[in-house]
This record gives sequence, structure tokens and C-alpha cells, in this order.
Amino acid sequence: MSTTVITESRFSADLKDSTSSSRKFRDKIFLMGLWLATLIGVLTLFFLVLSTLLKGYTRLNLSLITNFPSPFPEDAGIQAAIFGSLWVVVTSGVVSLFIALGSAIYLEEFASQTSRFNRLISINIQTLAGVPSIVFGILGLAFVARGWLDWGFSVGTASAVLTMMVLPVMIVSAREALKAVPSSLREGSYALGATKWQSISKQVLPAAIPGIATGSILGVSRALGESAPLILLGALAYVSSNPSGLSSDYTVLPLVIMKYTQEAQDEFRAVGAAAIIVLLLLLVSLNLLAIVIRDRSRKSW
Amino acid sequence: MVEDMNKVMDSGVSSAASSSDTVRGVSLRTDSAQAGSAGTPAQEMIMESRDLQVHYGDYLAVRDVNLKIHRNEITALIGPSGCGKSTIIRCFNRMNDLIPSAKVGGTVLYRGIDLYGPEANAGEVRRRIGMVFQKPNPFPKSIYDNVAFGPRVNGKPSKSETDELVETSLKRAALWEEVKDRLKQPAFSLSGGQQQRLCIARALAVDPDVLLMDEPCSALDPIATARIEDLMHEIKGQYPIVIVTHNMQQAARVSDRTAFFNTEVDADATRPTGVLVEYDSTRKIFSTPSDPRTEQYISGRMG
Repeated sequence: MSTTVITESRFSADLKDSTSSSRKFRDKIFLMGLWLATLIGVLTLFFLVLSTLLKGYTRLNLSLITNFPSPFPEDAGIQAAIFGSLWVVVTSGVVSLFIALGSAIYLEEFASQTSRFNRLISINIQTLAGVPSIVFGILGLAFVARGWLDWGFSVGTASAVLTMMVLPVMIVSAREALKAVPSSLREGSYALGATKWQSISKQVLPAAIPGIATGSILGVSRALGESAPLILLGALAYVSSNPSGLSSDYTVLPLVIMKYTQEAQDEFRAVGAAAIIVLLLLLVSLNLLAIVIRDRSRKSW
Repeated sequence: MVEDMNKVMDSGVSSAASSSDTVRGVSLRTDSAQAGSAGTPAQEMIMESRDLQVHYGDYLAVRDVNLKIHRNEITALIGPSGCGKSTIIRCFNRMNDLIPSAKVGGTVLYRGIDLYGPEANAGEVRRRIGMVFQKPNPFPKSIYDNVAFGPRVNGKPSKSETDELVETSLKRAALWEEVKDRLKQPAFSLSGGQQQRLCIARALAVDPDVLLMDEPCSALDPIATARIEDLMHEIKGQYPIVIVTHNMQQAARVSDRTAFFNTEVDADATRPTGVLVEYDSTRKIFSTPSDPRTEQYISGRMG
């Protein structure tokens, strides 16, 4: 039996693109706009990094990270600032992670979503996330460095203030991560007789780890680059030893950068530029860590 | 079907008293286990709802549900969308507790004990009355850990005990042969039908007393559906099953009893409320239903 192919139709005889040329033009304009927007962001970063590299490449050597500050620019290093930054960031990161997890779990899983009090708390936290960091510095100066706690200008004080500053961001992102866990997972767990805490700790939290990790590391990155509150909290630019504990004197990379870039001699400014590169490298490795954690916990799904 | 009915009748003779041997730590009040409607013989009743009604906030979702769930039987809940079938089945293991606005009225008795009474613990209720959901919802863990999760949260079984439980549960769910060589692989690597059987294995691993299934096949293809239905027949002697289904053919194929739900708009309410129209043996519902609405629904003129 032979088959006939139907050729007559209400459409044109071919399958060529029938989009009008003005429409194609508008598509192109739109695409170019998107490209431009992306380009602005990428180019800004590129030129910033490039100009910093050009100024600081002479000092990007081992002596930069092995030496302590010195009156001679060729000997000046930033080891105290690197260790100071690590101390402050790791302490505040770990402390705030636990507090943020606790309050996010309470607010998301236990607190009544309709209670006015809890909604007030949520709004409060979101507002805190937008408070300028200098305000946290003033708060820390009044209540942590002096006043009630009287911890002085120390690693502990700086960690406490950065914790306060980072907490709201971390809580909000941890809540979002918990909210994104499908309710079918909770139901499946409850249906097997698991208690609320078993369901949260064994199913919901593990499933939320990628989101929590990403949010936390973004918060920690913010703390790493922070300088304003620490100026108030006695982060000295000229510190010639690494911190040995929470009560030690300290300095941090952003402050050292500020100090060196204000110097008159080009050689000192080169140290500042090199310190910027070191800070950027630290930030990039933190972000890489976030990506690794996220991908790892996804793979186990 | 006829054989099933006979089996039920035989077991009915021994009546509720003998079942107390198998009850773990439950004081059993021997309710007279009379079957719901005339014409069916006395049987062992394991669950019963009396004047059950559920509100979501101010909205009355379903009301006046009187159901009896019997041993060795599959009970199907059918009816059009929005008639409250899923709401009702979720009352049977207190899953509605998880919805803050849901308020359950009336009584649900399990072996004579009020599920919503002061002495009933929701976790214990859900451990005894297992549930399989509409969409397969395996945990984002390995196949092994999915099945082992229930036993682990309900006690601390040793490694060898867990291994054994995982194997027997997967065998009961007719999944063992397909997964025995890849127990450590993620559960999401399974097909949809396999995932649903994994969820059944997971529910059986805690050795429940009753199994609730909320449209367990609605996301599955016909072959996977047939496997689950076979499986239900195999296990119903051990685990009485309550199944919500959209599919009338499925209800007719698998169940011993069928409850038909419908929606009604009350004079004062604007939104429809679910009601139990008729509850009887599946044979009767699908051949000579006593309510005209049931007849309309099963003949395809409604819903």
C-alpha cells in the first residue's frame, strides 16, 4: 500500500524562521544589554585586581607573610594581620554558626509561624542584617570592650562584635535553607515514628547543609573584609606578634591595608597592595570551600 | 475475591479476644467487633472512626465519618477530588497534627484506644500505623539507610539486626532482588516504582500494625502499579491496609471494603464539605450500591 505525504497546509510551505526582522533586532539589543551588565561587573573586578597587582607584585613574596611590621618597607610583612584575621574570623564564624543554627531551627521548626511575637523576632533579625557595621562597633565598644564585659581591645572583643554582625545574615540564610527542605521529607520521617528532634537532626539538617554552608561562608566573608567596627575596637595596625589567645592584641588585614596605603612611601603602598591580594586570595579560598561543601553534600543524595 | 471473603469470615470467628496476644503493650478494650453494615459477618476490627470531622481553620473539610477497619483486609477510600479522603486517612496516624490549622473532632479508635486521647503518643501512633505517601518520598540517603532509618529511630538495633531487618523488609516489599547488590547507592537512583516500593519497605521495617497508603500509585506507570497491587495482596494478611485511591478500577481490584466519599455544600456554608456516603464490601459497592450517588460515581457519571 502506498502512502501519500500531506503537503498542503495553512502554514507556509517551508519550516524556515518566520520571526520578523524588527523582533530579531529587539532580541539582539536585549541580549547585548545583558552582556553589558555582566561585562561591567567582570571588568571592574578585573581592573581593580590588575592595578593592585601592578602596584604590589614586587612585594608578593614569602617575606610578606613571614615578616612582622617594620619601619623599613622592604622588611615589612603582614603575618600578624593574617593570623589576627584568621583568629577573629574563625572564632566568630564557629560561634555564630552554632547560634545561627539554633535560632534558625527554633524559628523555622518550633516557633509558631502565626504568633505575633515570633514575627516580630523575624522582622527584628532582618532589620539587624541591614544595620551598618559601625553601629555594631559602637555597641561592642560600650558593652564588650568596656562596660559590662570589659574584655578590652582583644581578639575576644573583635570576635564577639563580628559574631553579632554576622549572626543576622547567617540566621536568615539558614532559615531559608531549612525552609527549602521539602515537607515530604519531614512527613516521611514522622510517619516512621521519629520524634521531632530525630526528624530535624537526622533528615532536615543534613538536607539543609548545602544551603547553610553557603550562607555561613558568605557571612564569614563579610567578617573577613570588615574594618569599620574594628577601628573602634582597637585593632592596632602595628602589632609585632601573632595573637596567642582570645585576650591578645590583634590586627586584621583590612586595617593593615588601610595603614599601608596611607603611607607616603611607594614601597609601603606596595605592601598594602600585596596585602589586598592576600585578602582576596583568602576570600576566594573561602568561597571555594563553600562550593566544595555544597557539592559534596549534594553527591551523597 | 470470594476466597478473600471466606478467609475474613474464618478469622472473624476467633473474634477480637484472640488478637490481644499479638498486641505489644496495649491494654485492649474489647469492643464488639461488628461489621459496619448489614449482610457482612462479624470480624476483627482494628481501627474505627466515630463521627470523625476535620476543620482547617474555620473550614469544615470533612464530617461525620464512621469507618471500621478490619484485620486481614484492604479498605479503599474513593471519591472525587476534594472530598476529604486524604484528610481522613491522615487522621488515622495523626499526620494531621503537623498541619497547625487542622483540628480533628470525633474519635479514632485503634484497638479500642483513642488515638487522640491523653495517653496516646503521636510518635508511637505513627510507628504502629505506618504510612506510604502519594509521591515516593525516599530520604536523600542510601537504599540501606532509607530502610534502616525507622528501626534506628525506634531503638538501637545492632549492625547484624539492622542488616537482617533491611533484607526482610526489602523482600516483603518485593524489591530485594533488584537492589541487593547496590544497597549503598542513593535511593534517588531507583525508578519511581522502585522508590515507592522502597517507601513501602521503609514503612514495613518498623513492623507496623496497620498500613495506610495515600494514593500510592498515582505517580506510577501501570506496570509499577500492578507490582504494588500484588504486593498489597501479599502483605494484607500481616498488615491491614487502608488505601486512598482516585482509581476506581484499583479499588475494585485490590480492596475488600470500599468507602465512598462525596462533597456536599451545607445550607449555611459556601464551601463543600466531604461526607462519607456509603461504606460496604467492595463487591456490594461496585455491583449494587444502596446510595444513588455511589451508583452515579462508579458508573462514571460523576467526579
